[in-house]
Amino acid sequence: MPLYLNDEQTMLRDTTRDFVAEHAPVSHMRALRDAKDVTGFSRDLWKSFAEMGFTGILIGEDQGGLGLGHVEAGVVLEEIGRNLSPSPFLSTAVAAVEALKGSAQAERWFPGIIAGETVAALAIDEAAKHRGTVAMKAERSGNGFKLSGRKQFVTHGHIADLIIVAARTAGSADDEQGITLFAVDKSAANLTSEAERLADSSLAARLTFDGVEVDADAVIGEVDAGSDPLNRLLRAGRTGASAELLGVGGGAMDLTVNYLKERKQFGATIGSFQALQHRAAHLYSEMEVARAAVLKAAQLLDEGDEKADAAVSVAKAMTALATTLSVQEGVQMHGGIGMTDEYDIGFYMKRARVLAEMFGDANFHADRLALAAGY
Amino acid sequence: MTDLDTFRTETRAWLAANCPPEMREPVRSEKDATWGGRNPDFQPGQKEWMDAMASRGWTVPDWPKAYGGGGLSPAETKILREELAAIKARNPLNSFGISMLGPALLKYGTEEQKLEHLPKIARGEIRWCQGYSEPNAGSDLASLATSAEDKGDYYLVNGQKVWTSYADKADWIFCLVRTDKTNKQGGISFVLFDMASEGVSTKPILLISGYSPFCETFFDNVKVPKANRIHDENKGWDVAKYLLGHEREMISGMGLASTGRNPLIDGAIATVGLDHDGKLADPLLRASIALFEVRAKAFGMMSERFIDELKAGRAHPAQPSMMKYYGTELNKSRYELMMAAGGSDSLEWESERSSGGGAARAWLRTKANSIEGGTSEIQLNIIAKRILDLPSA
Ligand SMILES: Cc1cc2nc3c(=O)[nH]c(=O)nc-3n(C[C@H](O)[C@H](O)[C@H](O)COP(=O)(O)OP(=O)(O)OC[C@H]3O[C@@H](n4cnc5c(N)ncnc54)[C@H](O)[C@@H]3O)c2cc1C
Repeated sequence: MPLYLNDEQTMLRDTTRDFVAEHAPVSHMRALRDAKDVTGFSRDLWKSFAEMGFTGILIGEDQGGLGLGHVEAGVVLEEIGRNLSPSPFLSTAVAAVEALKGSAQAERWFPGIIAGETVAALAIDEAAKHRGTVAMKAERSGNGFKLSGRKQFVTHGHIADLIIVAARTAGSADDEQGITLFAVDKSAANLTSEAERLADSSLAARLTFDGVEVDADAVIGEVDAGSDPLNRLLRAGRTGASAELLGVGGGAMDLTVNYLKERKQFGATIGSFQALQHRAAHLYSEMEVARAAVLKAAQLLDEGDEKADAAVSVAKAMTALATTLSVQEGVQMHGGIGMTDEYDIGFYMKRARVLAEMFGDANFHADRLALAAGY
Repeated sequence: MTDLDTFRTETRAWLAANCPPEMREPVRSEKDATWGGRNPDFQPGQKEWMDAMASRGWTVPDWPKAYGGGGLSPAETKILREELAAIKARNPLNSFGISMLGPALLKYGTEEQKLEHLPKIARGEIRWCQGYSEPNAGSDLASLATSAEDKGDYYLVNGQKVWTSYADKADWIFCLVRTDKTNKQGGISFVLFDMASEGVSTKPILLISGYSPFCETFFDNVKVPKANRIHDENKGWDVAKYLLGHEREMISGMGLASTGRNPLIDGAIATVGLDHDGKLADPLLRASIALFEVRAKAFGMMSERFIDELKAGRAHPAQPSMMKYYGTELNKSRYELMMAAGGSDSLEWESERSSGGGAARAWLRTKANSIEGGTSEIQLNIIAKRILDLPSA
């Protein structure tokens, strides 16, 4: 498969680009923030994502979805990133759907997701840095399990209908085996959430599971074999986050390049200064390389290629590096105006930092690649 | 099985039978590259491999068969490249004819010129050099002064070129000459001539790597038949720029490790060792290598994307500048890391153990990557103006 978007994917991109720019531009996010919106996104927008079919993008046609792949999901996420649109799309329609795929839980949750009514959250991280560690316990109790422990950085965790939780049914915190993945209903007793607003004005929850009882059928896949659906979730989430980062970095770069063409100092447009031209051209190069990495990861995932996992880490690390550069250069090249809340470039910086951290930062993924390569 | 699957199976089998074992070893020094030409200097396996590939047109797989190529489709070319990489095959033929002159001839040459020169390039019979740079025309290439005086059916060429790679070993030169002194870009013509012509002389220049692969080249009343001019008189700049695009593409590829594990990693493990967790015992070196690998792998994907887009006619015409810039800067950092990983062993300059200072010399050679074919600064200028559309001063 050639490494560019085919005609249908290009069409999807163009439609999505117009749609997101019209319905959820940066001003939409700004308005939610100014209103101190406690949901963190617009439910109406989530509904219209459903009308566009986006919510079922990765769900098979036999189950009412569009039956498309990670390339297409990435196309949507890039536009979400470019417009800084707050949306549960990544956690719900991408990561959660991938985790649920092929399990008995899919039938229960997919209709609501497709309809744009259900929001899913991912309770994966237990510390301030994403690691493979799962210490949270799930003990057998009655004909089900009892979950105890804490999770953090759970995007939409305070309002989600479905919470996907990784817990330990065997072994110790660092083992890959012995993890079980659960689909937990938000109304479960003894589950408390504490929502925190992050730097980018999105909301993430700290969740406390204080002996939360779930039925045996809450298990996604097999007991003790949760690393399978968890890895699916992580691969999809990481690829999706990379695509969203690409959009954030690309959006920041566009703002910056346009500013270079408008702003005059010393009687010249600042974009004619070679010192700035070279930095902009370098930034462009980094973003192009990141774009190739994101598409490659998505294509390999869609092909079910064994090399996908490494490519996903490359994509997540590379987009974090390139986008960090993009937002930093963006603020710097805007000068004083770049530091103002009134101007959008700062929002890109904040969003990039959050996404860079999500599902593992550049160092985490570089380390992962190094270990896989045996050093 | 699709046609492409069949092609892959057959290609794999043919390569297995025809690629000599010596040609599946990594390139260790300049000598390991096959250049061909009238006075070839072959090591064991080199000629067999070059001839075998040329017999199928696979030294230039995507050129038309009529010109010595393989006539392969983009998809087949990609498969051939993958299969070559899978057996770690060496390049069968290194050639400025393939990577630079060939594409320019395919676009601008007459049918006669193509039939005359392309098959010889494909078979490695004629080795070419590039006469672009002059002492006062480097980055500002269009200010070149070498003159070509109209003498009816030939030009009389006088002047000096510099940094002409392998001019002393090449058989023919593709050369930019001035046919009109009153017009900078619009007064340049693109000509080809035999380095054995009367009045051509070369003088090698020693580099910091201790090698002298390039020369000062002098032209003293050299007679060049007008039939050897490519494209119209005074239109040579178009050909020159087109060719530079291909040169940049080729140079950008040097930033790519062949498939598989980066030798940098094994080098580092051999010198500093692994700790009890199986991690490189020097954590800062490990971190530098790991972050480098992220970029290197991502750039590999970028190269794949670039080639795919190029073949489909979707690439921005200035994209080779981005590839050249990124690839060469990356390659320089790769070699910095190799030197850091190798420690004092890599510093040896003459010992047999170090293959005559191969590591240090290779490291120094990479410093030219961001100079030759147009410097990094020039590539950034091109990206800024032609891709980002930033204003001129
Ligand atoms: C190993 C090697 C092989 C080569 N092989 C060949 C060959 O086979 N044939 C051939 O014709 N040439 C060859 N070259 C020459 C090469 O193309 C030139 O060296 C190159 O184009 C730079 O020109 P220069 O050396 O005159 O440097 P200059 O043009 O003098 O540049 C000096 C410095 O100024 C910077 N600079 C110049 N102009 C600008 C600008 N507008 N904006 C910002 N910075 C600028 C440059 O980036 C550089 O850092 C080779 C060079 C090397 C190193």
